Amino acid sequence: MSTPAPSSPRPLASTAPRGGGLHRFANPGRFLRLTDRLLPWLWGLAAVVLGAGTAWALLFSPPDWQQGETVRIMYVHVPMAWLAMGGYAGLAVASLMSLVWRHPLADIAARELSPAGAMVTALCLATGSLWGRPMWGTWWAWDARMTSVLVLFFLWVGHAALVRAFDEEERGARAGAILALIGAVNLPVIKWSVDWFNTLHQTASVTRIGAPGMHTGMLYPLLVCTIGFTLLFAALVLAQVRAAVMERRLRQGQLAQARRQEGAA
Amino acid sequence: MTQHWWHVAIAWGLAALGFGIMAWLAARRHAAAKRRLALLGPRERRLG
Repeated sequence: MSTPAPSSPRPLASTAPRGGGLHRFANPGRFLRLTDRLLPWLWGLAAVVLGAGTAWALLFSPPDWQQGETVRIMYVHVPMAWLAMGGYAGLAVASLMSLVWRHPLADIAARELSPAGAMVTALCLATGSLWGRPMWGTWWAWDARMTSVLVLFFLWVGHAALVRAFDEEERGARAGAILALIGAVNLPVIKWSVDWFNTLHQTASVTRIGAPGMHTGMLYPLLVCTIGFTLLFAALVLAQVRAAVMERRLRQGQLAQARRQEGAA
Repeated sequence: MTQHWWHVAIAWGLAALGFGIMAWLAARRHAAAKRRLALLGPRERRLG
């Protein structure tokens, strides 16, 4: 009985659709050269900003008059929540690019984004729970905000599993892209759940139209922590995408080597 | 250390652990791909 030949991954360079813009980065050599220069700066910047943000949040920002020291959990929880939602919006955009323009790098980016997205969403839920216990007296409540974020976590995990479930990478990417686009419906539900439903979770305080309902002594370190975590998240995802491009290049090189040896024999 | 500080420490610790593990996995994966690419001939590296 013959075994099916392993599917070769979609070559990054040769099938790149015509057009400028982002399609220029479908060239693996160009992408690897660019990320080789960019990544050390991104890691360094993330370390500096996050180091400053952490010190500010833990040592220099004031305790809250009601929450006490527990307010310092907010400096992790809120950036994780924004990254979970912003990252998912990025996943939806990459999925759309993959389905409409068949951009091969968008497939890889979506594939590498989902484990990191699942991690930040899990951190958002865990830190929220750690805050909720002393403040609300409970680790968890099935209110609309928390439940919709839990659904987001399952969407991330589902996407990560689905794109890896197929032998043929392209089919997995296509199925994952459809799931990601359908799941994007959950984003406005998360955002406005606190306004649409009666929830235990408080309404928006930082992004409130008008003036943010937070003292600047807490708002500024929160913004610095958010920028730091975002830079770290971006560096992490970009490093994973870079490794994935190198692995795909390796597989194509090994296939070319095997064909050459077969031709010589 | 008060209970509030314990919760703060666990929250920040979890974030450090999560990002640390992901960064370590990315670095390990990158190093492995680089090492295996270096084993290929220059012609195959270009073709990939």
